[in-house]
Amino acid sequence: MSKVGEKKFEFEDDTGKPVDVDQVRAILKANDGARIKTWLSICSRCGLCAESCFVYVANDRDPRLSPAYKFRHTLGEMYRRKGNVDRAFLEKCYQIAWLQCTMCKRCSMYCPFGIDVATMIAITRSICHSQGITPKQLAFFSDHCDKTGNHMGIPVEELVDTCEWMVEEVEDDYKGVTIPIDQPDTKYMYTVNPREPVYYPQDISYAAIIFAAAKESWTMPTFGWDCTNLPMFAGNRKLAGKQVKNVYNKAEELNAGYILITECGHAYRSMVFEGPYMAGYPDGMPPVKVKHYVQLMYEYLRDGRIQIDPAKKIKEPITYQDPCNVSRNGGLWEHARKIIPYIAEDFRDMAPNREHNHCCGGGGGIMPMGPDYKPYRMASGKLKADQIRQTGAKIVITPCHNCFDQVNDLSEEFELGIKALSFKEIIVESMIVPDHMKLDPEK
Amino acid sequence: MYVCPIRSDSPKNNVLQQGNAYLSMTTTEINWNSIYEFLTGPALWFTFIFFIGGLLIRMALLFHLSRKKDRVIYNHFNMDWGLRSIFHWLVPFASASMRQQPIFSIAAFSFHLSLVAVPLFLSAHILLWEEALGVTLWSIPDGLSDALTLIFIAAALFLIIRRRIRPEVRILTSAWDYTLLVITMLPFITGFLAYHQWGPYEVMLILHIVLSQILLILIPVTKLAHMVLFFFTRAFIGFEMGGRRGARSW
Repeated sequence: MSKVGEKKFEFEDDTGKPVDVDQVRAILKANDGARIKTWLSICSRCGLCAESCFVYVANDRDPRLSPAYKFRHTLGEMYRRKGNVDRAFLEKCYQIAWLQCTMCKRCSMYCPFGIDVATMIAITRSICHSQGITPKQLAFFSDHCDKTGNHMGIPVEELVDTCEWMVEEVEDDYKGVTIPIDQPDTKYMYTVNPREPVYYPQDISYAAIIFAAAKESWTMPTFGWDCTNLPMFAGNRKLAGKQVKNVYNKAEELNAGYILITECGHAYRSMVFEGPYMAGYPDGMPPVKVKHYVQLMYEYLRDGRIQIDPAKKIKEPITYQDPCNVSRNGGLWEHARKIIPYIAEDFRDMAPNREHNHCCGGGGGIMPMGPDYKPYRMASGKLKADQIRQTGAKIVITPCHNCFDQVNDLSEEFELGIKALSFKEIIVESMIVPDHMKLDPEK
Repeated sequence: MYVCPIRSDSPKNNVLQQGNAYLSMTTTEINWNSIYEFLTGPALWFTFIFFIGGLLIRMALLFHLSRKKDRVIYNHFNMDWGLRSIFHWLVPFASASMRQQPIFSIAAFSFHLSLVAVPLFLSAHILLWEEALGVTLWSIPDGLSDALTLIFIAAALFLIIRRRIRPEVRILTSAWDYTLLVITMLPFITGFLAYHQWGPYEVMLILHIVLSQILLILIPVTKLAHMVLFFFTRAFIGFEMGGRRGARSW
């Protein structure tokens, strides 16, 4: 990271007010369970975790970037000092917790004791957040979540307008594509990343086309439609809980069979694994079943509800970027690999892959933190760039918005000459349009 | 009576008494027998009670705390994934992490294997177990114990050197980490010297016993408690990653 150089960071609270030690102590105490106590006390400083960390490997193996160093100099140090820390210390923690760790959780698999560093970094973020030492952009997006329920602050009318516009856009190509709004008793309540209506509205139309082709029962809610959870990355656990609860509650209100999540990584991790705890569900289970779009697309292809035109299969070499929160932290790596033979002829897997994949460098909230942080993403992403180059692939498929944008940035930075694609786009481009969607020839 | 941890059929069996006879003629009289009896009597009982009791108390406290604060353990508990996770980290090269760093893995595995096997199954110790508990454990031949001891010392030296030369390990290492490694080595070194009667036998034997007791007493109160806590943390990450997500944490 040293090559990136020292930079003045912008925090949510830039007044430089002194640290409220009691508040820090309260968070430390609330988290001082058997796991944290054991992890902090038995780490044997063997350093085995270092090689597992893409940030460490990509940044010239700087010894200060090993996962053990990172948790010992943040949360570990806070427990040693019994919470008695100052602002300068927390600003150092900020750099470690947001710029040097994406909470991808790979190191916990490579630690002999299985020490969960990601969890400890998440607590570090909560503590920084409690003192206003949160990345400014994440605080900005969190504020939107608090006020509007989605991180882009999109008003309901605008979302509905976008949906209507998308339906009109595809009217000339397909028959019967609709976006049902707030319809009760459907099988799927479709939730998206607010980046889609703002930057990639065609993603919503792709989804609508696929649903129409599969004759699916689905709806788009007018609230609780943002499946992402930037407050989680900001360390704002309370708001993160509210954010997932918005979605759970809406799904219950609409009596939807499943919450369906668009091609987004952290949304799935948040909704299924972390969200129930942040929202205070004691059993740690989401109250409504949750499905990721890769699962649904695999089912459609397997059951023949979507048919791919063999002539339109991708001929160029492709590879697949396992998003940490879909694969390692979501358990869905095989679904993508079962979809790929339907849509592409020359698949070249990265190494390592599946649950052993490396983070792309854009995870953990660093992507939405804005362009100021791009140098960090690029420095750490070097490992991913090398992995992609080694496959010789020209297309990288990835079902995650952060991976998607990061892979495109990496391609530019490291001149990989590749492009990122989502599954939805490929499937819409290569599917056989079913008869019920063909336009009447006389019109 | 006392038991000399040297086999009765060994030609060296009477060395302790001979040493005493010699020392009793000198002006500074040290009663090795009574020191030995104290160390293998009350001190040993204290050591074992502290060692086993300490570990049990530490586990009990953590268990109690976990019931209050770590719901995630009980919500997702899964024995199958937990055991698989432990198994893949006990068997050499069964985890990706070990395969990635083979030299360290061989050293660490030999280190731990000797550390458990030699103290438990050394034939001289078997006699002590018999004396104290009335149970006869299977013993390993002295030649093998010797070899394992040397392997242990070599592995420990490797771990110390590795801590010095690998930057990512060096930066994590504190003086206490070296101290604990040395404390772990000393019972092996003194035991080896005593068995081979290199150096003053009585001193070596007494040092061997005292240093071993210090090591055992330190286990429950230091990171060395990983000898039992490993099983819990490894199991947890096994089912947290595996049971919940199907990801193998090895």
